[in-house]
Amino acid sequence: MSPTDPTPPRSGDDGRGASGGRVLTVSGLRKSFGGNQVLKSIDLAVDQGQVLTLIGPSGSGKTTVLRCLNGLEVPDAGTVAFRGGPTVDFGGQVKRRQLMALRDRSAMVFQHYNLFPHMTVLQNIIEGPVQVQKRPKAEVVHEAEELLARMGLAGKRNDYPAQLSGGQQQRVGIVRALALRPSLLLFDEPTSALDPELVGEVLTAIKELAEEGWTMVMVTHELAFAREVASEVVFMDGGVVVERGHPDVVLRNPRQERTRQFVHRLLNPF
Amino acid sequence: MDVDWGLFWSSLWPITRAGLLGTIPLALISFALGLLIALAVALMRISGNRVLAGAARAYVSVIRGTPLLVQLFVIFYGLPSVGLVIDPWPSAIIAFSLNVGGYAAEVIRASILSVPKGQWEAGHTIGMSRGKTLQRIILPQAARVSVPPLSNTFISLVKDTSLASLILVTELFRKAQEIAAFSQEFMLLYLEAALVYWVFCLVLSSGQSHLERRLGRHVAH
Ligand SMILES: Nc1ncnc2c1ncn2[C@@H]1O[C@H](COP(=O)(O)OP(=O)(O)O)[C@@H](O)[C@H]1O
Ligand SMILES: [Mg+2]
Repeated sequence: MSPTDPTPPRSGDDGRGASGGRVLTVSGLRKSFGGNQVLKSIDLAVDQGQVLTLIGPSGSGKTTVLRCLNGLEVPDAGTVAFRGGPTVDFGGQVKRRQLMALRDRSAMVFQHYNLFPHMTVLQNIIEGPVQVQKRPKAEVVHEAEELLARMGLAGKRNDYPAQLSGGQQQRVGIVRALALRPSLLLFDEPTSALDPELVGEVLTAIKELAEEGWTMVMVTHELAFAREVASEVVFMDGGVVVERGHPDVVLRNPRQERTRQFVHRLLNPF
Repeated sequence: MDVDWGLFWSSLWPITRAGLLGTIPLALISFALGLLIALAVALMRISGNRVLAGAARAYVSVIRGTPLLVQLFVIFYGLPSVGLVIDPWPSAIIAFSLNVGGYAAEVIRASILSVPKGQWEAGHTIGMSRGKTLQRIILPQAARVSVPPLSNTFISLVKDTSLASLILVTELFRKAQEIAAFSQEFMLLYLEAALVYWVFCLVLSSGQSHLERRLGRHVAH
């Protein structure tokens, strides 16, 4: 963390700094939709400054995992614990207040950006910090401008999302998440809605955040990115974790046949 | 047919004045109250609560399934027989508000549902509750979608307020009727009333375009 950094961590506990220590512990996470069991007991652990990438075929439950972590979906069972927050046990009755507390710990970057179209770039970014976290507006605006500049978006603060390219919109989406000062950043295929020539700028931005020490969980099909940036790769299929480990192992020499097939198909599409 | 231009010009201001002091306030007040009712009814319908949703559906069904004139007469001429006497103006405002509430509720419900689900989720991910997301994220976007249909509702309402003449409210059409009865120039006075309504509606339509442009600012240029 550089001394000139504009976003000092909230009580020394935001997503950055490679000081180690467990940020997130998930165990026994289960979720069904109707009779369809989408997650069958998922365990995850993420340390401070780690980048965990989730890979796996479409429909394997990757998005659902992120949504459960962000309180957008209520799991049927399992526990989710963030450092400095409560351990939420979904086996019992979960109160709305607990879900909100969970949500405060992480911030989601969506596949389709989901920016607020009726707000300018700046308004999109400061909405959460000002309206929800009740932080002083001047301070939040200052911080937002620094973040925009770092993301190569200086001068875009008064534009509306519809005036931006997909790559710019997604970088605004990332800044919106950063401005919340979460302990954990969640990315759901952040580049898969982008035109190919715009993927690089967004991946570069995410890589820089990783190098700064932000802790993140990212669903992606960009294996080259995972190989270079991830601390751990988790391969999911059919609602279970099939294999996990260092990217060099999981992506180059997987132990499981299913992993091998999936990686091979992604690298050799035809 | 000989046109009595003298009568035309001398009655133009009294009729317009009755429009400005009767028709327009009646329409504005009823529309504002009607929108509040409509928002509440729309939220009841999408609340997921079966009792609230059922009550809201029944309300909309009754309002849309019965004539406005009958609603007006039930309130003004019907309620006194159960001991509830309401003056002409409040009666008209109650009837028109309830009527707008029934029609606008469907418009508002549809425009809330037209906002993509991802907008709710984006609201939640920045920490907002359902209520706050609705207020800050969903309704502003729904408002833009609902301006054209709600403007039509308002313009219909302006014309429908002429029914209030039947419960003794002094508005545009009742003034025209009075002058017509006095002068026996029915064709002239009723055409003149039509002309004034038409001008009112033209002005309102241009206001609608202005509002649409203002709310549409953020859409790609
Ligand atoms: N809200 C929902 N209702 C019903 N089924 C859902 C819902 N969300 C996801 N699913 C189902 O759960 C499974 C996993 O979905 P998802 O987590 O989106 O997978 P992935 O992100 O790995 O492609 C899919 O079969 C999907 O159809
Ligand atoms: Mg997905």
